[in-house]
Amino acid sequence: MSYEIVARPHQQNFIDWAKDKPKVLVLSADLTNSCEVGKWRDTYPDRFFSMGMAEQNMLGYAAGLAREGFEPWLHTFSVFLYRRPLDQLQMSVAYPSLRVRLVGFLPGIMTPGGVTHQAIEDVAILRAVPNMTILEVGDATEAESVLDVAHNVDGPVYIRALRGEVSRIFPKEEPFAFNTARILSTGTDVTLITSGIMTEEALRAIPLLQERGVTIAHLHVSTLKPFTDPRIISALKTAKHGVITMENHSIVGGLGSAVAEIMAENGIGVALKRIGLNDTYAHGASQKYLMSEYKMDAVELVRAVEAAVGRKLNIAEAELEVQRSVTVHSSAKAEAL
Amino acid sequence: MSEYSAKNEEIERIANGIRRRVLQHSIANNGGYMSQACSSAEILASLYGDILNFASVEQPIEPPAFIGVPEPGVNTYKTGQQFHGATGAKYDRLISSPAHYALVIYAALIETGRLREDGLEHFNRDGSTVEMIGAEHSPGFETTTGSLAQALSQAGGIALARKLKNESGRTWVFMSDGEFQEGQTYEALQAAKFYDLNKLRVIVDVNLNQCDGPMDSVMKIEPLADRVRAFGWDVTVLDGHDVPGILAAAKMETENPHALLCYTDPVRGLPILEERKPTLHYLRFTGSEERAKYELAYQEMTK
Repeated sequence: MSYEIVARPHQQNFIDWAKDKPKVLVLSADLTNSCEVGKWRDTYPDRFFSMGMAEQNMLGYAAGLAREGFEPWLHTFSVFLYRRPLDQLQMSVAYPSLRVRLVGFLPGIMTPGGVTHQAIEDVAILRAVPNMTILEVGDATEAESVLDVAHNVDGPVYIRALRGEVSRIFPKEEPFAFNTARILSTGTDVTLITSGIMTEEALRAIPLLQERGVTIAHLHVSTLKPFTDPRIISALKTAKHGVITMENHSIVGGLGSAVAEIMAENGIGVALKRIGLNDTYAHGASQKYLMSEYKMDAVELVRAVEAAVGRKLNIAEAELEVQRSVTVHSSAKAEAL
Repeated sequence: MSEYSAKNEEIERIANGIRRRVLQHSIANNGGYMSQACSSAEILASLYGDILNFASVEQPIEPPAFIGVPEPGVNTYKTGQQFHGATGAKYDRLISSPAHYALVIYAALIETGRLREDGLEHFNRDGSTVEMIGAEHSPGFETTTGSLAQALSQAGGIALARKLKNESGRTWVFMSDGEFQEGQTYEALQAAKFYDLNKLRVIVDVNLNQCDGPMDSVMKIEPLADRVRAFGWDVTVLDGHDVPGILAAAKMETENPHALLCYTDPVRGLPILEERKPTLHYLRFTGSEERAKYELAYQEMTK
C-alpha cells in the first residue's frame, strides 16, 4: 500500500483558509518555520505575533486577544504548549473556555529532539483539563480539514498536528468530522482503535491479518476529547477476542485509557491491549527506530492480535516492510528540527 | 474648597471606607487580608474614585449567585466586569492581579457605588460569587488571576487587541509586589514593550510583605524600578498613600507602557497591626483579647 505524500500540508492550506477570516491571528514562540507558518507570517504580517521563547506569557496574550474577539492560533511544538505553561493554559485559557487554538507539532516520538521535545503525555494531561477539546490528525486530509473543525469549537482546542511529508490516507472529499471515528474495516474478532500516525502504521499489518482469516473492526479516531462517539462504543461491543489501541503517546491517560474507561462504563468484558509508550520516556532517534524500539509498530500489532485470537499467524517481519520512510532531514522540513 | 482638593477628599473618604469595611469584616469573621487593605486603600480608591474611566452603573449591583463555571457553548456565565460598567472603545479596563485582595476590591466597589452595601454579607459564603480569592465571576474581577503573575500577560493580550481595534481606552493592571518574583512577569514586561502597548498601565502595591514575611527575607525584588525600566517601560516611583501624586502619575501620557510603583505601608491607618510584624499577610486573631483591641481600633476609625 502506498499513499500520496503531501509536502507541508499546513503551510499553504492555512494561508488560503485564513484569507477571509480577519479575526484569525497566529502567535508563535520562535518556531515559526518549524511549524509551517513562516509563509503565513509573510502573507499576513499584521495578524502574526512573534511572542519569543516565552510560552507562559504567550498563553496569557492568547487569552486576552480571545476575550477581545480575536481567534489566536498558537503554533509551536506540542511539548511547549502544555508542559511548561500548563498553569497558564488552565487558568488563563481553559477555565474561561476561550476560543484559543493550540497547534502542537511533533507529538509523541515524531521528533529526533529527544525527551525535551517529545510530547508523550499531552493527551493524558489535557484530557484531565475541563473545557478542552483535543484533536489529532492522522494524515494530510485531516491536517487540512482540522482547521474548520477547530474553528467551530466554542472553547479551547489542542491539536496534535502533522508537518513535513505527510501521507494522504483519507480522500480529500472525506474531511475531518468532529467526534466521528472513521471506520476503516469491519470485523468481529478484534476491534482496533488507532489515532494519529499509528493509523498508517496499523494499515501496514491489517491486510496481512485479514489474509490470515482474522476479521478486524478498525477505527481511526481523530477527536480524543470529547470521547463520546457511538461508533466507538458499538465497535467495542462487537469485539469477540479483544480490543487493541495504538497511540503515539504513553499508554497512561491517552487513547488507550479513554477506551478502557468506555469499556468499563459500558460493561464490555474483553481484554484490552494498549500499544504505545509503556510508561517510559523515549530518547532522540528516528521515528521508525523509536516505534520499533518501544514496541509501537506494526510488528507489535501483529503480536497483539495473535495474543487476542490465541494462535500464531505466521506473518514475517519482511512482509510488514515499511512502504516509505521519511528521513530525519527531509527537504520538506524547513528547519533542522 | 477647590475642585482639586474636593477630589482628594473624596478619594480619602473612599480609602478610609475601604479600611473600615475590611476591618469590620475581619473582626466579624475572625480574619481577613487586613494589611493589604491598609497598604492599597489609597491606590484602589484613586483607581475606582478617579483614574479609571469606567461607564457608570445605574445603581449598586447585587452580587449574583454562583451559577456554574464557564463551559463551551454556554453563555450564561457573567464576569465581575459588569461591576465596572459597560465596555467600550473609550473606556478603561482594570485587571486585578492579586486575587486575594478581593475583600479590598469589594470594599472599593461598595465605596464607589458599584456593589451593594450588603454585598459583603455574601463574602466567602457557600454558593456566592463574592469569594475569598476572587475568580472572574467575582465582583470587580474580569479574569481569573489567583495563580499570581498571569494578569499582566492577559492584560497585555487585551491591550494588544484594543490596539488592533484602535480603541482609545487604557488597560490597567493592579499588581502586588510579590509577583515580581515570578518569571512570567518579566516575560510580560518584555512583550508589552515589544508591542509598544503604551495604553497599558500597571500600578503596583509595593508593600514589601508577602505570605512568609518581609520580602527581603523571602526573595528580594529590588531594585524594582531599575528592573522594570530595563525592560523598556516608563516607571514612576511613588508614595502609595499620596493621593495627588498617584493621580498626577496616572494622567501621564507616556511613549512606553507605564508602571506606577507605589511604595506603601502595610499598617497604614491601623497602627495596632504593627504588633503582628513580621507576619502580616493574613490577620487571624490569637484570641478574644486581641480581637477586643481591634474592636477598639474600629470604634476609633468610625468616630
